[in-house]
Parts: sequence; structure tokens; C-alpha cells
Amino acid sequence: MTKSSKITWRDVHLAFGPKQVLKGINLNVEKGESLVVIGGSGSGKSVLIKSVLGITKPDTGQVIVDDQDIVGCSARDREAVNAKIGMLFQGGALFDSISVWENVAFGLIQTGAARGSIARSRAIDVLGRVGLDKTVADLSPSELSGGMQKRVALARAIVNEPEIIFFDEPTTGLDPIMSDVINQLIVSCVRDLGATAVTITHDMASARTIADKVAMLYEGQIIWHAPVAQLDFPGNEFVEQFVHGRGEGPIQMTVRQ
Amino acid sequence: MKLLSGIGSVVLTFLAATGRVAVFAGSGLSHCFRPPFHGKQIIRQLIEVGFYCLPVVALTTLFSGMVLALQSYTGFARFSAESAVANVVVLSMTRELAPVLAGLMVAGRIGASMAAEIGTMRVTEQIDALSTLSTHPMKYLVVPRILAGLTMLPILVLIGDIIGVFGGYLVGVYRLGFNAVGYIEQSWSFVETLDVVSGLVKAGVFGFIVTLMGCYHGYMSRGGAQGVGIATTNAVVSSAILILVANYVITESFFSK
Repeated sequence: MTKSSKITWRDVHLAFGPKQVLKGINLNVEKGESLVVIGGSGSGKSVLIKSVLGITKPDTGQVIVDDQDIVGCSARDREAVNAKIGMLFQGGALFDSISVWENVAFGLIQTGAARGSIARSRAIDVLGRVGLDKTVADLSPSELSGGMQKRVALARAIVNEPEIIFFDEPTTGLDPIMSDVINQLIVSCVRDLGATAVTITHDMASARTIADKVAMLYEGQIIWHAPVAQLDFPGNEFVEQFVHGRGEGPIQMTVRQ
Repeated sequence: MKLLSGIGSVVLTFLAATGRVAVFAGSGLSHCFRPPFHGKQIIRQLIEVGFYCLPVVALTTLFSGMVLALQSYTGFARFSAESAVANVVVLSMTRELAPVLAGLMVAGRIGASMAAEIGTMRVTEQIDALSTLSTHPMKYLVVPRILAGLTMLPILVLIGDIIGVFGGYLVGVYRLGFNAVGYIEQSWSFVETLDVVSGLVKAGVFGFIVTLMGCYHGYMSRGGAQGVGIATTNAVVSSAILILVANYVITESFFSK
């Protein structure tokens, strides 16, 4: 852990029943850094960020945020840590029983940071930042396209001006143009807020746009961690195969005949 | 040996499930007494359970009261005890039929929708999103529903008692030729406070069971649409069985000699 560490996973192990998902993760994200974690489906990437949010609890090891180990911390400490974090879920995870602006302002209202018309105007401001005008504010999330839902989810993730933002596959299911729009929004939001970002993705274009550093998760371990500039010549055959999307290589997909 | 291990496995699974439900119920109840309280959600659930279930409970108890009057008349006529119809209707409705039928109807109407709604929230990561937005899912989703079940089912049953007795009155007076004033007087003088109170106690317990099962199965659902479907079925079936078991236990405790 360096002096400016924001998040550190130290020898983190986590299993679901007999399936060992994380097998000794050691990873560090520095303050203000944008780290992209790549890896195959089911490799435990989402579990990695959920271990910081307290949604999954490591069996052993430490997850350190701002010099504080948060594994097994009290409910009050957990609340304080989560208040620093914004999260963009893979499917958006917008609440479909409330309107778009209520979704965006949800965290503000629940923490008492803003209420009523103030919360609404804050939500509309942030919707503007992600390129949505106020006509969408009163719509239901189900009335929006996939790309617009992602933007609303992004607005919800940044409305509290968090110190840390997690993006779980932010461009999955979007067309290339909308993917680039979302990538650019992520870059500008992270830069404007000065936040530390961890992004999970399979999308190499996304990784190249968003990342300062890239880490690859394979079979429950971080096998490569380097600046994004080294992504094309990683010096690691696993990363090379993954980045170029080759069927042949050391990573073998199990396909049932 | 195989048979014994099969029995053992079933018993262990049952005990584990019982333990999980008990922990969930304990957690839900304990959160009922600890702030913050989500007033808007509580009101929404009170309306959902109390108002939207009223038609179905009213219709069920009305026709049950009518059928009960008709059946008991034809049965009692065999030994010239037709005059006991009003007594049988009022006693059966208040002690048994109104609470049990209301409980079962609410399980179908509300327990299923709770399991489906919360289950969908689980599989679309909305519950995870709640915890990242400084909101405890138990407080936001489970507590309002349990409170609504505990308070609104007794009110529904009280209304059901009156409508059921009214159904018996309609058949007794307009179909079987009883004297209107005599029927009401006989019903009123025969019913005791304990009959009504026992029914209301049952209603409270059934309301708790229905909402607990709806929330529990929804909260624990996994694996997409199929998982939500299974959760919904399990919520209704387990509610119905527990209502019938609890009905016997409460009847024993109130009326055993």
C-alpha cells in the first residue's frame, strides 16, 4: 500500500460454496486513479468491487479504503464508507417504481442531504451533466432507452459527488456510438470530481478510453497490472490473448460438445 | 443407508430453511423498532394491502357467509335446528372463515406480488443499489410490508366479519324467510368479544406470515425470471400452509379446554 492509496485488496479470498472466486487478490488503486479490471465472464470482477461495497464479504484478507480495513466493520462504518462511493451497475439497477429524477436524487433524499424541490433541481442539474434534459425527469425508467438508462444510472452514481466510483460493465448492451458517449461521460465525470474510479469491462475500446491503469483478473488472481499504454504489448500471453480476442492461446474456454 | 441419508438430508435442509426464515423474521422485526422509518413506503404498503385487497376479501367473505347460511340451514333442517343458522354464521365467520379466507386471499393477492417485486429487484441488482445509496434494504423493503400486513389484515378481517354476517343475513332473510330483526338480534346476542378478538389475533399473525413469506422468498430469489417465478410460487404456497398451521395453533390456545 503506497502513501496515496485509496483502495487496497490484500490477499483477499472469497468462495461461494465450493467455488473459489477470489484466490488471494492483491491490488492497489491510488487516489484519483482510474483502474480498469478486465477478465473473462465469471472471473470474479464484479465480486471484487462488491467486496468494497459490503455486498459480498471476503472469507479472508483485507479490503482497505482510506487506510481503514472495512471487512467486518460496524454498520455505522460501513455506511460511512458507502457514502463515499458511487456505483454504476451493469444493468443500471434503476428503481422502476419511482421517476427518473427520484432515482437520481435517491441518495440525497435518503441521507437528508437534500429534499423536495432542492433534491429535484440537483437531480435535473446532474441529468444535464450526463446529457439528458429535464423532460426526462418525470418519466419512469422503463420509458427510457438502454443508453438513456445508463446515463441516468451514471447521474445517480455521481450526484453525491463521491470520492470513489465503480462502473460495472458500463457499455454492455450499447451500440458503439453510445458506448463511446458513455465512456467520454465517465472520463469527464471522474476528472471533474477528482474521483478514484474502478471500472469492470470486457470492452477494450472502453478500457483504452477510461483507464490510467489496467489489471487482469484470471482464475481468481490478478495476473497483470500495468499502465494502459502497455495494453497492446503487455508481455503476458494471457492478456495478449484477451485483448486481441483470440480463440487460440493459454486461456481455454470450456465448451461442452 | 441411502434412505437414512436421504431423510437426513431432507431434515437438514428443512432445519436450515427454518433457521434462515427465523433470522430474516428477527431482523425484519428488529428493524421495525429502529429508525429511520420510510414513511412514504409504509403508506404505500398500507394502501396496497388495506385498500387493494378490500374488494377480494369483501367478495370472498360475502359469498362464504351466504353459502354458510344456506348449507347450515339445509343441514340443520334434518334435526329441526334451523333457528341456529344465525349463530353458526356469526361464530364461523368471526372465529374462522373471515381470518382464514382473508389470509389466503391476501397471500394470493399481495404475498405473490411482494415476492415478485422484491425478487425482480434482487435479480436486477436494485437491492444492491439500495445499500450503495445509504438505504438499508430491510428497512426500505421489508419493514413497510410487515407493518402493513400486521395492521391492515385485522382491519380487513373486521370488515370481512361484518360483510360475511351480512351475507348470511341476506340469504337468511330473503331466501330462507327468517325475520330480519330476529336474525340480527340473534347474531348480536350470540357473538362474544373473544370470538372477534381471536379472529383479529389470527388476522395479525396471518398478515405477518403473508408479508414475511412474500419478502423472504423475494429477497432470497436467484437466477433471473425463473428464480422470481419460483419465489412467487413458494411465497404463496408457504404462506397458505403456515396460515393453516398457525390457525390450528391459535385456535387451540384460545378455545381448548
